[in-house]
Amino acid sequence: MTSELLKAEEHPSDVFLRPGRIPHIWCPGCSLGSITNVIIQAIKQSGIDSKKIAIISGIGCTGRAAGYLNFDSFHTTHGRAIPFAIGLSVTDPERKVIVISGDGDLASIGGNHLIHGARRNADITVICVNNFQYGMTGGQVGPTSYEGQFQTTAPYGNVEHPFDLPGLAYSCGATFVARWTALDVRRMKETIIEAILHKGFSFVEILGSCPTTYGRRNQLREGLEILENFRKRTVLQHGADPTKTEISKDGPIIVGKFVEIKDKSTLTDNLLKVQRIAKATKTRGL
Amino acid sequence: MSKIIQKEEDRTVLSGEYFTTGNLAAAEGALAAGCKFFGGYPITPSSEIAEHMSYRLPQVGGHFLQFEDEIASIVSILGASWGGWKSMTATSGPGYSLMLENIGLGIMTETPCVIINVQRGGPSTGLPTLVGQQDIQQTRWGSHGDYEVIVLAPNSVQECFDLVIVAFNYAEKYRLPVTLLMDETLGHMSEKLIIPKKDDIKIINRKKPKDDPSSHLPYKADEDLVPPMATAGEGYRVITTGLTHDERGYPVLDAETQEKLLRRLINKIKKNKDDIILLEEYKLKDAELIIISFGISARASKGAIELARKKGIKVGLLRLITIWPFADEHIEKLAEKVDNILVVEINSGQVTREVQRAVKGKANVHGVLKHGGAIHTPEEILSEIERRVK
Repeated sequence: MTSELLKAEEHPSDVFLRPGRIPHIWCPGCSLGSITNVIIQAIKQSGIDSKKIAIISGIGCTGRAAGYLNFDSFHTTHGRAIPFAIGLSVTDPERKVIVISGDGDLASIGGNHLIHGARRNADITVICVNNFQYGMTGGQVGPTSYEGQFQTTAPYGNVEHPFDLPGLAYSCGATFVARWTALDVRRMKETIIEAILHKGFSFVEILGSCPTTYGRRNQLREGLEILENFRKRTVLQHGADPTKTEISKDGPIIVGKFVEIKDKSTLTDNLLKVQRIAKATKTRGL
Repeated sequence: MSKIIQKEEDRTVLSGEYFTTGNLAAAEGALAAGCKFFGGYPITPSSEIAEHMSYRLPQVGGHFLQFEDEIASIVSILGASWGGWKSMTATSGPGYSLMLENIGLGIMTETPCVIINVQRGGPSTGLPTLVGQQDIQQTRWGSHGDYEVIVLAPNSVQECFDLVIVAFNYAEKYRLPVTLLMDETLGHMSEKLIIPKKDDIKIINRKKPKDDPSSHLPYKADEDLVPPMATAGEGYRVITTGLTHDERGYPVLDAETQEKLLRRLINKIKKNKDDIILLEEYKLKDAELIIISFGISARASKGAIELARKKGIKVGLLRLITIWPFADEHIEKLAEKVDNILVVEINSGQVTREVQRAVKGKANVHGVLKHGGAIHTPEEILSEIERRVK
């Protein structure tokens, strides 16, 4: 048994990673490696034909995930993963389109697409890794930064209030809303499987650790310290009211599956319905 | 009056004779080319294209989506194109400005799609309901970085139909977003349109890879510098990125990879210029003075040529149907025959400066320019002609 293990040069997830793309660019202490592995396990266990999976990312640290994954994968421009995903998803109702991107990408520059994607109940899954700031560009304050958070563009502490992403997604019409921290790998996986299989707009927020540009400016020097901080503050509350899940500097972090609505028609459902009506309509002249 | 066609099995090509507008003709041209997805945002004077597509696309098994803005619109059509559907958006100057970053994404990821810009007067909100031709240089250089584009300019309702099909063919053949530059007058004016039979319309579809997915290199080009294109769901594990990438599609951020990629993206257009450049020559054989124009301004120019010839002044027209890539060599040759070239356009000289560059000093180039809000009258152009032949 031992010798067999020693011979094994491949990781069980290797087949889902593009050959030659590892090592990744993520920093020591960053949770994106383990989150990516959880996403891979979830896709694998969802039972969906890998040809029917498409991964879309925007720009940023999380945005690099698409390029590592060995599915149809699209690394788009900053903030624009969701409309790309919608355009791609409607061309095949059986396709499962998963957006993996960061909080700055999805909630700031891409915020308009997030709210309208949710409003449409577009049949896509959005996995948002929230590290509370802009990591790739060096740690600037972002729309999820809490009041008083220190970042390179908030040297005296953040003067703004943050978005609560589950509340935002829910209030705009998302029909599946959940939140986990990077520490909750098992529950995160179960939730992502459900989210992928959900018909309609599913939104999963994952609180990630970024020691390099967030932690060290906010008394959480190591990735482990950030995760330990999450562990202490986490309150598991399935079905929590997503309008009451805001994250503050020291307050509780409510996690769980908050929303699952199954009877709302999806964008794809409605487009196909319109096709049936239109096909039965006589063409008027020009 | 309109002829109503009721053929259940195929309603993509409504063969027949019509009296209709440029905007509707362009929409029907897209359907005839095989467009199945339109993502758009309302904007005057292009909205009738979106309206007509919303009515027609579901009839032919396609989808229409109105997005939250023009940025989402352009990105959505890139997504649909990778889903294997021909896709299009339509807008006007302000919307085109918003699309530019992602037109660059389309160029970098070699994504076939078509963008119609029904030009109005600018800058800014400008003249929403009135004509302009001020987006010529924007379509060439508007997105950041170095690249080549294909831009076509129709000058009749019939050509709005015909050239949308050519735009799709070029987009599919050369794998890039192609822009059709219309204008408000053309979009809203009505004239005769003949939609041919489906079998008489030439359609080009993207090349598909034939090799094994395990050894497939998605950005390894053929001799024409264009790589075959797999789409999502075909097992090729499509990869795209706006980052500089190698033949595998992997980001490689160094000078060598950048040089290789950009040379190919630029040369796939430059080296195929003869195939891409479409021109109309009108009464050039005996011309002592040449007008160069395009789009609706070329229509006014033809009127001026008739007036001039009645007065014994031999004037001819070179009409640029393909604006980009620019017909440098052709224009240089023409410049050898005449002393003066007039460029008629509704802007402050965006094509004029290209003609000045192309003639290499072999003729004097004069712009006959307006800044939008109205097309030239033939008389206005005639007075410029008379000024130059004296």
